[in-house]
Amino acid sequence: MSEENGKLNILVFTCNWCAYAGADLAGVSRLQMPTEFRQIRTMCSARVDPEFILYAFRNGADGVMVAGCHPGDCHYIGGNYRTRRRMALLKMLLQQFGLNPRRLRLEWVSAGEGQKFARVVSEFIEEIRKLGPSPYRKQGAKHGQENITCPEKRG
Amino acid sequence: MARKISLALKRGASCVGCDIAVVNLSQKLFDLLEIADIVFSPTLLDVKYDDLRKMPDKSITIGLYHGAVRNSDNEEFAKIMRDKCQVLIAYGACAHMGGIPGLANVSNREKIFQTVYKETFSTDNPKCVFPQTEWVDDRGHKLTLPEFYDEVYTLDDVVDVDYYVPACPPTHEMNMEILNLIKDWVEGKRDLPPKGTVIAREKTLCDECPRNPGKGKKITVEKLKYISEVEPDPEKCFLEQGILCLGPATRAGCGAPCIEANMPCRGCMGPTSFVMDQGGSMLSAIASILGISEDEIELSEEDIEKLVSQLKDPLGCFYRFSLPKSLLRKVVQDREV
Repeated sequence: MSEENGKLNILVFTCNWCAYAGADLAGVSRLQMPTEFRQIRTMCSARVDPEFILYAFRNGADGVMVAGCHPGDCHYIGGNYRTRRRMALLKMLLQQFGLNPRRLRLEWVSAGEGQKFARVVSEFIEEIRKLGPSPYRKQGAKHGQENITCPEKRG
Repeated sequence: MARKISLALKRGASCVGCDIAVVNLSQKLFDLLEIADIVFSPTLLDVKYDDLRKMPDKSITIGLYHGAVRNSDNEEFAKIMRDKCQVLIAYGACAHMGGIPGLANVSNREKIFQTVYKETFSTDNPKCVFPQTEWVDDRGHKLTLPEFYDEVYTLDDVVDVDYYVPACPPTHEMNMEILNLIKDWVEGKRDLPPKGTVIAREKTLCDECPRNPGKGKKITVEKLKYISEVEPDPEKCFLEQGILCLGPATRAGCGAPCIEANMPCRGCMGPTSFVMDQGGSMLSAIASILGISEDEIELSEEDIEKLVSQLKDPLGCFYRFSLPKSLLRKVVQDREV
């Protein structure tokens, strides 16, 4: 991730069935949005392992947003029910780690809600801009701490 | 008879329970002594640090370092052990993942000194003197103390480590496994495992747990309970009973002695190699089974917050033994807006 001054590192996870389509709609509708976020598509918001978010923060993310289908609309029936519990608990954990929990945001965006996607992303980026860079960015890597790599094989 | 090897034990920030774990080989200790001479162990033998310093490089076959790296003395001796030993093993949870001393990463040097040397009720320190690394008295005698680090490191943060033995402390069975590995190696029967191996299983504890309700059976938790509040059923899965058990996120290989003593797993074996972070893995597991019900759509985000806030101290529960090896490593101070 880039660490140039003044540039925020913001990651948005979108689920394939709703939020990604919503983001796509925001794009084809030519809605104005800040450009400081990167988007990763997953099949379901429940595919976003809390580890991914911790990994993002470790590697200099200033904010992470997870967007999925509205409750009741999950393509896999109950994926987003897990997601919302995980994100709520992860917020508690991040707060204990000293991070402002508002650096993590969960949003429900349906495939038709291009407007909403543009709005929540703009709001989120504005909020992170106020918070400034994440304190984990300044954590200089001492004693060879920097080299955690994603495990290649997963059981 | 095969050649005799030498063994050294050195402690870092440790409770010395790991030295006791080695002695806990009981009668099998003689098997160990048959193949190995213990050449250095401040807990078990009358040795001085200089004895270790004077040994030639790579003269010790196997070194067990237990304890985390908390101060400059720990780091210095970790490096000396690396130089003197052909094979260096991070022995026990503290050397492997930071262990209990690693929980100090929720604080820092400044705050720890404030608490220990100033704020505690029994402390009488009117001049507010904090430990100094160097001090010269009136007659010119120089006294030194190791530097207390701002955070806790694990052994492999400071030196190259060959093998890891998790658990707090390693059990008799685990020690026997290592002993047999070493024995076979000394006798030339087989090679040592590849470098970086964690000497335990690659599955999670649930996989070996005698209480595992079986494949395909869904577990849901209505209400979380603390082990101090209830008397657990001695047969039933702890999570089924609503008691937080770190089995789903913890490496197997300990033989589940805690479970057999009717205590839930606390995660001292660390995560498996398939995940980066034990806490993230456990968080995911527990959150997914918490209060999933039929009328889910009616639950508001506040209800969900209330549901997960039953868990009082996620950081302490999930990272009890692995904070310095977790992804975020230590607590920081963010801006409040």
